[in-house]
Amino acid sequence: MSQKYFKILRILISLIFLISISLLFIDFRGIIPASFSDFILFLQFIPSIIKFIHVLGYAAIGFIIIIIINVLFGRVYCSTVCPLGIFMDVISYLAKKIRIKKKYKFAKAHNVLRYLFLVLPLIFLLFGSIFLLNLLDPYSNYGRILSDLFQPLVIGINNIISIFSEKANMYFIYPVNYETFNLVTALFPIAFLGFIIWISFYHGRLYCNTVCPVGTLLGLLSRLSVFKIKINSITCTKCGKCIAVCKANCIDIKNIDVDFSRCIACYNCIKPCPEDAIKYKFDFRKETIAIKDTTDASKREFVTKSVMYAVGLIGLSKLARSQQNDNTVKKLIPVEKDNPVSPPGSGSIRHYTNNCTACHLCVTACPTKVLQPSFLEYGFTGMMQPHMDYKTNYCNYECTICGEVCPTGAILPLTKEDKKLTQVGRVHFIMKNCVVYTDKTACGSCSEHCPTQAVSMVPYIEDLTIPFINPPTCIGCGACEYACPVKPHKAIYVDGNPVHQLAESPDFEKLEKKYFDEFPF
Amino acid sequence: MKRREFIKKSVGAGVIAGTALSVLNNEKLFAINKYKSDELPYDLVAIKGGSAEAMFDKAIASLGGISKFVKRNQTVVVKPNIGWDSTPERAADTNPGLVGRIIEHCLQAGAKDVYVFDHTCNEWTRCYRNSGIEAAVKKAGGKMVPGNSSANYHPVEVKRGIILKNTKVHELILESDVFINVPTLKNHGGTRLSICMKNLMGIVWNRSWWHANDLHQCIADFTTYRKPDLNVVDAYRVLKRNGPRGVSVNDVVTMKYQVLSTDMVAADAACTKIFGLVPEQVRHIAMAEKLGSGNSDLDKMRIKRIVI
Repeated sequence: MSQKYFKILRILISLIFLISISLLFIDFRGIIPASFSDFILFLQFIPSIIKFIHVLGYAAIGFIIIIIINVLFGRVYCSTVCPLGIFMDVISYLAKKIRIKKKYKFAKAHNVLRYLFLVLPLIFLLFGSIFLLNLLDPYSNYGRILSDLFQPLVIGINNIISIFSEKANMYFIYPVNYETFNLVTALFPIAFLGFIIWISFYHGRLYCNTVCPVGTLLGLLSRLSVFKIKINSITCTKCGKCIAVCKANCIDIKNIDVDFSRCIACYNCIKPCPEDAIKYKFDFRKETIAIKDTTDASKREFVTKSVMYAVGLIGLSKLARSQQNDNTVKKLIPVEKDNPVSPPGSGSIRHYTNNCTACHLCVTACPTKVLQPSFLEYGFTGMMQPHMDYKTNYCNYECTICGEVCPTGAILPLTKEDKKLTQVGRVHFIMKNCVVYTDKTACGSCSEHCPTQAVSMVPYIEDLTIPFINPPTCIGCGACEYACPVKPHKAIYVDGNPVHQLAESPDFEKLEKKYFDEFPF
Repeated sequence: MKRREFIKKSVGAGVIAGTALSVLNNEKLFAINKYKSDELPYDLVAIKGGSAEAMFDKAIASLGGISKFVKRNQTVVVKPNIGWDSTPERAADTNPGLVGRIIEHCLQAGAKDVYVFDHTCNEWTRCYRNSGIEAAVKKAGGKMVPGNSSANYHPVEVKRGIILKNTKVHELILESDVFINVPTLKNHGGTRLSICMKNLMGIVWNRSWWHANDLHQCIADFTTYRKPDLNVVDAYRVLKRNGPRGVSVNDVVTMKYQVLSTDMVAADAACTKIFGLVPEQVRHIAMAEKLGSGNSDLDKMRIKRIVI
């Protein structure tokens, strides 16, 4: 195949990824099976690495495949697989349509910034915080934009359509409650979306070559690539047609050179070249020498600056960690609880907050919407990582979807049987708040929602019954807390388990069959 | 016709009409859908020993068929208990076979549309699906309608309510010609039992308020709003313990009963006895009777007992 068709191939594959991933994040009705999300997200770089650390196995080797492709052909990932990158291409394409004159120019690499944005998250990771990576990871950022901003929009449109379809007696499209949109937790995705639109409108793939840690890492690996985009210095006439279409601003025509560490393998430059001078060339041996020649200066700069920043950051990240600890102990939100509740399958709050990149796929997939982006529940550095929000809803006893879709292994998949015995938190009862105690009237709302009868109703005065809790069989689903009608302070609530426990099985003896021979009336 | 003759005749007609009105019950003359129980051969039908479907066939036949309640081209809303994401064997929700069979009867009687919904406790799409009711309704030709959106619930006044004065009711209840209540008999931690009257909490939106403001009285108050035209209590499988949700099939006893009545209070009283309690133990039964919503004295009723 002629290399002129690479671009079309790239566009086709990238659209498949973009559309599939986008659908995953706006699938508010849970139509797409979890197996498909596992399949389509398999190659996502950061989730795959994080998953690999915990789940050694074929399910998590996506990033290795990406690295192999990268070492062969450069940053194919950035143009073809990364949803944020493809999204930026779409915006650049639209920008081109809107603006009359739009040509890219060569620009120098912002080496300090780009290596800083690679090293900083790594340092944070070393100190146990995934926070910075979460802010920068392209996949997770795209997920948040879709889940937090587009999904509500789609639900809104769905609800408007449902008004009309309902009148026509058609119930295929039904309204979905979306009362949980939280402006505070949506602020970051909003700001990020604005930033992305601006940067790709005017500067193509500047984000990918300056801010994105995945882009920078793959860029480093690109220097080793076996095949590289190269300009044939003999046939090149320096007409500049390739530069005009280079989103990465990486073609230096003066020196007839391509900065392949910034090339995102979009292949836009191949077809416009009248001399057929720019294309993939086998370039293994030459480049190993080239590394020495061209990268010494930037490497030196990178090393010195990163050491400087690293020293400064040790203090900063320590501060961040101590803040996290404080928050979980100091009862921030809500005041009466010691710990937030992390989703079943996450094992412990520590495992969860260390591995969740806050892509919010589980937020979209959760059928009850009990999983909500957090604000300060896990502490400052856990911001945006979803938590079990029992104000919004409670965890469905029979459901295991969050673990099935989680691409990073922060929430590991559980079987239904295991999930039903996973205690993510424990029930606490404040009798003095309970309506049976205060009003002497019947209620039982908590107990009726309790799937294990860790909250049961026991005889109280007269023929009234009052809640009685048996925490060992509690799984912490939050149904009691959600259902409790007492306002503003609930009479029953779930406090998170920092480390998830095995709940006691709520087995009851089989009741004997008993028939009345005669009608009892 | 001469003028004098016209006056004579029209006066005569007026007198006759007036007499008729004063002798007959006004309500009876003008109400189209309100079937007084005395038009039916029995106040209550209790049946046992067969499948839920077979019991309904026999029981409704003894009342004169579903056509006593459903006329040609009417719309019907059937309200089972679909509150929980659990399987039919767990008996937390109404028997799906029974719901399907009721719909078939309604459609055979010429009903235009039969709608089924519940304001579920667990996530509604899972409740509809896993209870088996969605499939049964579709198979029978009924329409499954979402009950999860507050937009479908409209404020109503409960004029005779003591505590519950206002609430929000699903539009299907407000708009449908015939309302058939199909609860399942089960244990309830807060109210002892959940039967006909308790099942009506699934047609209102803000039921959490009921829990916070004397649940029993609210349940009784709401019976004065709109009485179902027919109540069919499913007691084929009975959740005897850990209700209204149950923990496992171990909480369920197969009793193979069914009770039909137009009177919720009577049906609840009868089912309380079937469950093994007495009506006095379920507070809202006496409260509803006091409000004139029905009669709990089973001895004074015309009861048809059928054994299959």
